[in-house]
Amino acid sequence: MNAGCSSLAVSINTALLYSLQIFINNEWHDAVSKKTFPSINPATGEVICQVAEGDKADVDKAVKAAKAAFQLGSPWRRMDASHRGKLLNRLADLIERDRAYLAALETLDNGKPYSISYLVDLDMVVKCLRYFAGWSDKFHGKTIPLDGDFFCYTRHEPVGVCGQIIPWNFPLLMQAWKLGPALATGNVVVMKVAEQTPLSALYVANLIKEAGFPPGVVNIIPGYGPTAGAAISSHMDVDKVAFTGSTEVGHLIQKAAAESNLKRVTLELGGKSPNIIMSDADMDWAVDQAHFALFFNQGQCCCAGSRTYVQEDIYHEFVERSVEKAKSRVVGNPFDFKTEQGPQVDEEQFKKILGYISTGKREGAKLLCGGNPAADRGYFIQPTVFGDVQDNMTIAREEIFGPVMQILKFKTIEEVIERANDSKYGLAAAVFTKDLDKANYVSHGLRAGTVWINCYDVFGAQAPFGGYKASGNGRELGEYGLEAYVEVKNVTIKIPQKNS
Amino acid sequence: MKKQGSDSNPAPVLPALPEPLKDLKIKYTKIFINNEWHDSVSGKKFEVFNPANEEKICEVEEGDKADVDKAVKAARKAFELGSPWRTMDASERGRLLNKLADLVERDRLILATMEAIDGGKLFSTAYLMDLGACIKTLRYCAGWADKIHGRTVPMDGNFFTFTRHEPIGVCGQIIPWNFPLVMFIWKIAPALCCGNTVVVKPAEQTPLTALYMGSLIKEAGFPPGVVNIVPGFGPTAGAAISHHMDVDKVAFTGSTEVGKLIKEAAGKSNLKRVTLELGGKSPNIIFADADLDTAVEFAHIGLFYHQGQCCIAGSRIFVEEPVYDEFVRRSIERAKNYTLGNPLLPGVQQGPQIDKEQFQKILELIESGKKEGAKLECGGGPWGDKGYFIQPTVFSDVTDDMRIAKEEIFGPVQQIMKFKTIDEVIKRANNTTYGLAAAVFTKDIDKALTFAAALQAGTVWVNCYSAMSAQCPFGGFKMSGNGREMGEYGIHEYTEVKTVTIKIPQKNS
Repeated sequence: MNAGCSSLAVSINTALLYSLQIFINNEWHDAVSKKTFPSINPATGEVICQVAEGDKADVDKAVKAAKAAFQLGSPWRRMDASHRGKLLNRLADLIERDRAYLAALETLDNGKPYSISYLVDLDMVVKCLRYFAGWSDKFHGKTIPLDGDFFCYTRHEPVGVCGQIIPWNFPLLMQAWKLGPALATGNVVVMKVAEQTPLSALYVANLIKEAGFPPGVVNIIPGYGPTAGAAISSHMDVDKVAFTGSTEVGHLIQKAAAESNLKRVTLELGGKSPNIIMSDADMDWAVDQAHFALFFNQGQCCCAGSRTYVQEDIYHEFVERSVEKAKSRVVGNPFDFKTEQGPQVDEEQFKKILGYISTGKREGAKLLCGGNPAADRGYFIQPTVFGDVQDNMTIAREEIFGPVMQILKFKTIEEVIERANDSKYGLAAAVFTKDLDKANYVSHGLRAGTVWINCYDVFGAQAPFGGYKASGNGRELGEYGLEAYVEVKNVTIKIPQKNS
Repeated sequence: MKKQGSDSNPAPVLPALPEPLKDLKIKYTKIFINNEWHDSVSGKKFEVFNPANEEKICEVEEGDKADVDKAVKAARKAFELGSPWRTMDASERGRLLNKLADLVERDRLILATMEAIDGGKLFSTAYLMDLGACIKTLRYCAGWADKIHGRTVPMDGNFFTFTRHEPIGVCGQIIPWNFPLVMFIWKIAPALCCGNTVVVKPAEQTPLTALYMGSLIKEAGFPPGVVNIVPGFGPTAGAAISHHMDVDKVAFTGSTEVGKLIKEAAGKSNLKRVTLELGGKSPNIIFADADLDTAVEFAHIGLFYHQGQCCIAGSRIFVEEPVYDEFVRRSIERAKNYTLGNPLLPGVQQGPQIDKEQFQKILELIESGKKEGAKLECGGGPWGDKGYFIQPTVFSDVTDDMRIAKEEIFGPVQQIMKFKTIDEVIKRANNTTYGLAAAVFTKDIDKALTFAAALQAGTVWVNCYSAMSAQCPFGGFKMSGNGREMGEYGIHEYTEVKTVTIKIPQKNS
């Protein structure tokens, strides 16, 4: 990484080196309607470029191409499983090659600091693809000792045409989380990228072709949810839809799947994750991690620790230190290496977050720092901390998705477990304590898909991630992440005489 | 159904075959410990020969017990709690294995030429098949590194129980001369994938490619002491490994005779875990309803591949009576007109046997075949004035009691016998202390599945032979071995399961 990063941003701004169209059959297409939409730089509010706007007609084309690539006897269906892994590893190589460019695109389009795009997002993307590359030839079916004179076995077949609708908070990483398991298991994909952040995912489309994936295996459509997204979730020829985004839209996707062809559905939705700080926790570490848990990625994480429960003995000191830390957070130009927090992704989110802040004030939470926009241009918001938050306040129940921290007080373990679980969400949770028994008891009692102990936001391609309750259905990553992408076929053959 | 290799089937195409390197320099001839090259403690060296012309290639340091002790010490240190290797991310172990695969790919021509010269292996086979298998196996095992899952277990009582799948520790690995590089990779890849450290003793006939791998292992970035390579002889270096009190596991591929010694040594010393891949006398059963051309071809390659020096050689071919004569006729045709010679040259179809000992043993067994009344259809003796070449030999009218039907020949000598019924051939096929592989050729679904169950062999092929791949477990029933290599099963052989049970205040499901 060199100091010429800002100039890199400028040169990208003026010379995007590839097509911003719809990617079908390894070729670039205009939208059938010829319409385009703008992609905005959230640090300035300015238009970066125009992108083809995919709609139902484009989804239809993409699904047709995917279906053809999935036909019995096709190159993709006949390919050695190990070769699919080889292609995924090659894609990882190419992303590593173009790491700096992709990180710059990600920052330009999403607003996250460039140092984070480069060191964290891109690192995790490459590791995710390599992880799933390794699974390609290892997801075994079984042979089964059925009663009677039969030879019985299962095949783990690909599900088929997978619609994948991804969000704007981690554009490249979400793309990798979706493509990795789908392609490792032999599926074909129609992916709709978020309208706020299409650029990096479309660049990867070039790399997919360069890596050698056959035409039609991956198709990528930039466009909007109510049009392109809805077309995918209600398509009669899409076998499965995977969606990451808001709980509100998750409901719509599941409804559409049911009303169309009962396509398989996996969802990764919102959260209001409790972060429980016991009085025996390492205070410095807990303050540091609780800050990271909320403020990372401008607060735009589905698993953000947005209800920080602090045991009453240490409450005051914890609040004081958290406010100090929030005040010192550096907000600014995401291409500046000193910057820790960039802009929110767009005007809609910006307004929504400011709305929650004012509701918080109105409902009686104590505003301890921040609370306002942080600049005149772009969608920057000051790191904000509310103290004395009560469970029934709006800011304690609804997902804000911004740099707004809620700190609540509790007395006992039983009480805090109950309060932590009292949410329609169940994506993640954490507990900070040095005590072995407390750690085990609390972690086993929390109804959340991931429970962190003495840490937060620890992710790895090896570990399954997903939600309880309205935070989602199914798991991504790890071996578990493969399950949603295979259809199990039982083959039972009559034989003359069974022997064990 | 479109055939493999056609336009619409992108089966990975084999790379173009280059010419072997002229004037190959042998750079690595010492003992590899802690990523460094050492002379033998005794100062002794041994000679390595080219079996195609019996000429000396070079000298290599001769490891013995003292060198094994040094290597085990280094491996033990590299395995210490808190060491770089023990604290490394599992995914990083996978990345190192992939890097090693990249380096093998880079040096494919060097390694293939070396393997051909040292092992008497056809260069085209070494380059296309052996090196291809090495690269794929490394990448396959690389992918497993961060996918070795323990379990959480719902135990009775107020406990939280989980298992850790830990590496076993210091693994001694003793490998043979028939597929030197492939066997090296089959041993180190799963061991390293699981986090073990290893002490490898390559065969004294073929140490060169293993030693070259030492340089690539260092280049790839494996920490010192993780892989150690001690060339030497079985009764000295090999025995030192199998008797060593600080070696946690020994893996051996070689003869059944030596396999028994290894297991005994393990029992006498520290009860180290033992896996063995030993000999075979694999039955290949051809039914009248089989596609005869396919069966003849697979039966031929299944025996004659690499001069018959394969543990899985289909060395008892049972042919159903109605097609016996025709099968024998076509098999003779296929075995005649072979071009023997320098395995580096294009157009050569068969190279030499590995050394004089093997050469004499095979000729002795051929003589016994003639003496005991088998019908010699072609070949039957040595070829050429230099090198350990034996003519492709076919015996027909072989009966089960002949030595050539019972003992592993490990040479280019094919036995064809006749059978009448299913029950009879199942009994005869299983009537052996071996059980490595077997095959059946038939179009009938009931026959195919009956034999899949009935044959006492670790691998059963239907309408093919020698089809192997890194994803598939491989190993023997009975005295053909203990345990499995490759596939997920192969990974399990390199882990030790630890159960951890923690008392908790209150268990909830």
